[in-house]
Amino acid sequence: MLNIKCPYCGERAQKEFAYGGDGTIKRPELDKSVTDKEWDAFVYERKSPRGKHVEFWHHIFGCRQWFRAQRDTVTHEIFKTVKLDEEI
Amino acid sequence: MNKYSIFSIIKNAFSNHQNWSLAWKDPTPKKEYDVVIIGGGGHGLATAYYLAKEHKITNVAIIEKGWIGGGNIGRNTTIIRSNFMYDENAKFNEFGMNLWRNMSQELNFNVMFSPRGIVNLAHSDAQMNAYARRGNSMRLNGIDAVLLNRDEIKKMIPMADFSEDVRYPIFGGLAQPSAGTARHDAVAWGYARQADSMGVDIIQNCEVTGFDMSGGKITGLRTSRGDIKTKKIGLCVAGSTNVLAEKLNITLPIETHLLQACVSEPVKPILDGVVTFGAGHFYISQSDKGEMVMGGDLDGYNSYAQKGNLPTIQHVLSGGVALFPFLSRLKMLRTWGGIMDMSMDGSPIIDKTHIEGLYLNCGWCYGGFKSVPSSGWTFAHTIAQDRVHELNSGFSLSRFSKGYLLDEKGLGTKTWIS
Repeated sequence: MLNIKCPYCGERAQKEFAYGGDGTIKRPELDKSVTDKEWDAFVYERKSPRGKHVEFWHHIFGCRQWFRAQRDTVTHEIFKTVKLDEEI
Repeated sequence: MNKYSIFSIIKNAFSNHQNWSLAWKDPTPKKEYDVVIIGGGGHGLATAYYLAKEHKITNVAIIEKGWIGGGNIGRNTTIIRSNFMYDENAKFNEFGMNLWRNMSQELNFNVMFSPRGIVNLAHSDAQMNAYARRGNSMRLNGIDAVLLNRDEIKKMIPMADFSEDVRYPIFGGLAQPSAGTARHDAVAWGYARQADSMGVDIIQNCEVTGFDMSGGKITGLRTSRGDIKTKKIGLCVAGSTNVLAEKLNITLPIETHLLQACVSEPVKPILDGVVTFGAGHFYISQSDKGEMVMGGDLDGYNSYAQKGNLPTIQHVLSGGVALFPFLSRLKMLRTWGGIMDMSMDGSPIIDKTHIEGLYLNCGWCYGGFKSVPSSGWTFAHTIAQDRVHELNSGFSLSRFSKGYLLDEKGLGTKTWIS
């Protein structure tokens, strides 16, 4: 099981967290026109690299905050976790 | 190539079985091929076989980073079925069922296809209704589907927990009697041996390091064993699809996830078909050796590790024990993991791409093994004719942007929960 460091609560077991996938996805701006291609990319296209991956996690059985983690998809080592308004 | 038969066994017995010829050669890569298939797994080997057999294209190479059959074709739980609701999935996989039925004869290799049946259990009235709907859809596509009530299920699997106070009582189930299992390694080896005999080069221990393109067209690829010129490349690399897509500068509606399976110690015959639990993600069958073969959920986060964590095994098996309490007394013999190319709607992609000469075969999620023959057959057609076949026309890459999803389970784009 992974040990994940929640930026709000500290290190906890993975069972307290829910995964949220590719953490580089941004919803297109609401007040601008969106092309089909941009919407397609937002809904369906995902980065899934072999190596360092930026991803969302949700501390659902804890503080219920979302945050971002940088994790290696081969070794599962977690390098860094940050709040959503912080750069990774 | 020597034909395998009772006579060849007798003949070779006289020389203590020391003189069997190699099942496939170990060639040095040529400078140029008509078609290069990347990935020497079930899908890649089957594609090369059907390219040679159906389309007479034999100047073909299979490039495999490791050894053939070392990926998901050797890691799955060997289930073969076509119990799908949507026409595209049902027709495609039922076409495959016919290929499975003749595979041992066609490949002259015993793949031990055993149509022992599958039953999906239902644990509520709503689930029974959903199964009735799926069963009717299957029957409209000519697939055998039988809706079974609780008593009929009890006759089939009396060792399941049929007590009244269980949390998820068995209401009934949907069976496909013609579904079954096969020996997965034999499928890879059988296709490899026949493809090799028709002139396909199977090149192992050869990693693809890059692609050569000019004017939006494929012109070749670079490998750890030298550059190869070709105008057509077929990708059949399952969980590694994203790694190669990155080299091609394309992003796909695919994520790579880790799926585990496990087998128990061998026990006497107790389960003659495949059973899936309807209230959690757990499925089970018994191998010919007597091991209980089990699997279930993904580990739940993107991974290329090919090995998983014990909490997932524990979670999956707790579902197993809820269904079959006797499992709690079995020892686990092995667990292992493979990396899945999870697509955003749970259905595969077999299509051309915007790069001329690049063909894509991926997105098999949990169910790549059963589709090996139908995928190979249709992918070979797509590559040879440069157009998709009717059977794989629903598995287009553009279905996501156009909204023609094949979301069999209706679970949406969170691949790790599907």
